[in-house]
Amino acid sequence: MDESNMLELRGITKEFPGVRAIDDVSFELRRAEVHAVVGENGAGKSTLMNIVGGVLQPDAGEILLEGNPVQFANAAAAGRRGIGVVFQELSLVPELSIAENIFFNRQPVNSLGFVTTARLYAQTKELLSLFNLSLKPARLVKDLSMGNRQLIEVLKAVSLKPKILILDEPTSSLGAAEKDLLFANIRRMKSEGVSFLYISHHLPEIFQISDRVTVLRDGKRVGTFQTSELNKESLVKRMVGRELTNMYGQRRRPPGEVCFWYDRLNDQSVALELRSGEILGVAGLIGSGRSELAQEIVGIIPNSAGRVYLDGQKFSFRHPAEAIQRGIVYLTEDRKDSGLYLSMSVQENCVAPTLATFANSFGFLSDRKIASTAVAAKRRFNISTPSVRKPVSQLSGGNQQKVLLAMWIGAKPRVLIVDEPTRGVDVGAKSEIYRLLRDLAEGGVAILMISSELQEILGMSDRVIVFRDGRKVAEYDREQATEESLILAATGVGPTAIQGRAT
Amino acid sequence: MKGGLEPAVQPEKSSEDRPQAGSRPLIARLTDFREFMILAIIIFGCALMSFASPIFMTFGNWSALLLQVSVECIVAIGMTILLVSGGFDLSVGSTFALAGVITAMSISSGVPVFFALIFGLAIGVLVGLANGLIIAKIGINPFVTTLAMMSILRGTLLVITGGRNISGLPASFKVIGQGNFLTVQNPIWIALILVLIGDILLRKSRFFRQNYYLGGNERAAFLSGIRVERLKVFNYALTGLLAALAGIIMTARLGTASVTAGTGLELAVISAVIIGGASLKGGEGTVLGSFLGSLLMGILVGALTLLGVDVYWNTLVIGSTLLIAVLIDNLGRRRRSLQ
Repeated sequence: MDESNMLELRGITKEFPGVRAIDDVSFELRRAEVHAVVGENGAGKSTLMNIVGGVLQPDAGEILLEGNPVQFANAAAAGRRGIGVVFQELSLVPELSIAENIFFNRQPVNSLGFVTTARLYAQTKELLSLFNLSLKPARLVKDLSMGNRQLIEVLKAVSLKPKILILDEPTSSLGAAEKDLLFANIRRMKSEGVSFLYISHHLPEIFQISDRVTVLRDGKRVGTFQTSELNKESLVKRMVGRELTNMYGQRRRPPGEVCFWYDRLNDQSVALELRSGEILGVAGLIGSGRSELAQEIVGIIPNSAGRVYLDGQKFSFRHPAEAIQRGIVYLTEDRKDSGLYLSMSVQENCVAPTLATFANSFGFLSDRKIASTAVAAKRRFNISTPSVRKPVSQLSGGNQQKVLLAMWIGAKPRVLIVDEPTRGVDVGAKSEIYRLLRDLAEGGVAILMISSELQEILGMSDRVIVFRDGRKVAEYDREQATEESLILAATGVGPTAIQGRAT
Repeated sequence: MKGGLEPAVQPEKSSEDRPQAGSRPLIARLTDFREFMILAIIIFGCALMSFASPIFMTFGNWSALLLQVSVECIVAIGMTILLVSGGFDLSVGSTFALAGVITAMSISSGVPVFFALIFGLAIGVLVGLANGLIIAKIGINPFVTTLAMMSILRGTLLVITGGRNISGLPASFKVIGQGNFLTVQNPIWIALILVLIGDILLRKSRFFRQNYYLGGNERAAFLSGIRVERLKVFNYALTGLLAALAGIIMTARLGTASVTAGTGLELAVISAVIIGGASLKGGEGTVLGSFLGSLLMGILVGALTLLGVDVYWNTLVIGSTLLIAVLIDNLGRRRRSLQ
């Protein structure tokens, strides 16, 4: 057994219904090392960290901690063994103070079991000083900025004196100065023997802080490299590597005339236009404002300055019903939370946005018409279910996504906005969804496709725009766009960000 | 839910989507329908009772029994729609009393009966609109909003009447509750007709069926273009209207507007609606089911009286029935999801 290994993963595998999120991943984390884990969205980074942190249990494989096999039933068990996690989603209780959050459930107590506030605050102050934070320990977390909350989250994990600290996108809300403080603390703790697993989309950080990098792609490990032996381009190549297959199909007819455009009064930062039959890809990191723009267009988040032009007519939608009526529809990225009616049948889901078209002049619905439409949709979209009367909750992720498509394509859209159309869907269903989108485009529907999967963007789009910090930062024709250029524009690294056609 | 995923991934033998007729015994498929289950229990109970008591299966007994449940059924129609849409209303009992008293006071002070009725019904709509606007537009939880409204209305009632009942109402008003048509009392006719209309509307009409989507997933309903806020406000207003109507009918039947009328009505109605198959989670329930739920409770209470059981047992039996109905439903659901 190699003494220098703090943690070793051997053949870790984790499956979710319909997807193999982690597929036979092995690597080791050395003592006093900052080990970055990188990959595209959906590559399996977060799942892997959840396994190491005890939140999820692997289906196969083993975890060795300082040479001893371990199994964590939950996050608390991993915590007791010295594994701390700072999750992407903040886990602080907003109604409690900074001190109570940091020392959640383990406040210092006196012999009678009462919390000794003085000691609690003194210890908190000590921790806060690590990040030069002059906040009062009694301050409520809900009054703090997002950046400070993120630092409190880190301090909470640090206060447990972990041997291994997992940081999942720790800088997403931090400013430059706060980021430097975080890195200084990481280096200090490293010198004290602490090991780090560091997940980030922001490649410059990887080069700033990490010693080694493990690259994940589609749940598999591509390799582990010395950071010093890589540069940005070679790292990106390893992240996206796979060749494009013909699963995306080929355009047979050129797009038609411009039929739709969107901008804001006195603000061209998000202006975009679509031709009929065109697929416009929208790339960008999660949180770059892509989905918000789509929701603004269709009136889910109404913006009074927003202006939609459809066939020369101007609209400003204040409710999704108005957009649907004009043939502009939005497929949410979160099918379970806001897309489908899980407890209801496939049939009822299929007709949800178009209920009015199944009613006679007295407002009564024809169940026969609904059923035949659903059966036709089941056939057209190849939805695998024994009956259209089955609840959608019993379908696999891929089939649920097809029901979502059926629901909205049934509304006969002119403009179709899809948000992460293949999230959590297996390869088979993916290629079917691509074929459906391709067919719709050939039929003249203008498609705005938001996606975090670069292959998908490059494989499907006629044009690509990139979003960062709520603005359109680059635009490319299909031939100009490469995975590297998209990543660089999305992360804002170097001068290449403004490459491409001026927008 | 792991097991529930299995059938979805099985390859299909035929592309025809016939509802799997014959694959399960008829009785097993029928028991999936809550209405059928309750109806079976009602028929079984009635058969037992007709042996136990010679009076039970008489016209007179049934007429009294239906009269008893009729006002509750009218309120249950609105409550069913609310529960289906994921809503809830505790203020129906107070609205019921307030509408009765307002109508009676108007008549006593010389307002023509017809306008007094309109006035009473309008009060119900106003209360419902207030509930709906607070819940839908401001976003306060329905439980809290309607709980507060329940107290506010009952308090208002006590203030304006000084706690006194109002009697001495004219025959032209009392006929609503005391008259009959083809030997069946008017309240029964009104309740049956409204239940029938309500059931058809909730089952078949586009407008009312939106409630199943709203109750199934409110966010998805909004994204699907359903005018969620408007629909919610409408539902509460309709419930207020029906509660007021029931209160007026009750006042006419008794010939007196009582300040304590409708106390506990909200719980009796919600129990009946839940026994009838609705769920507090929303997305489920039918008006027919709620009617049968009310009927079942009415029969139960009637039977206890006929059997000479002390009246103090009634509340206990009603509570137990509710709990048993929900338990059976829950077990059935688990069994089905495992299939």
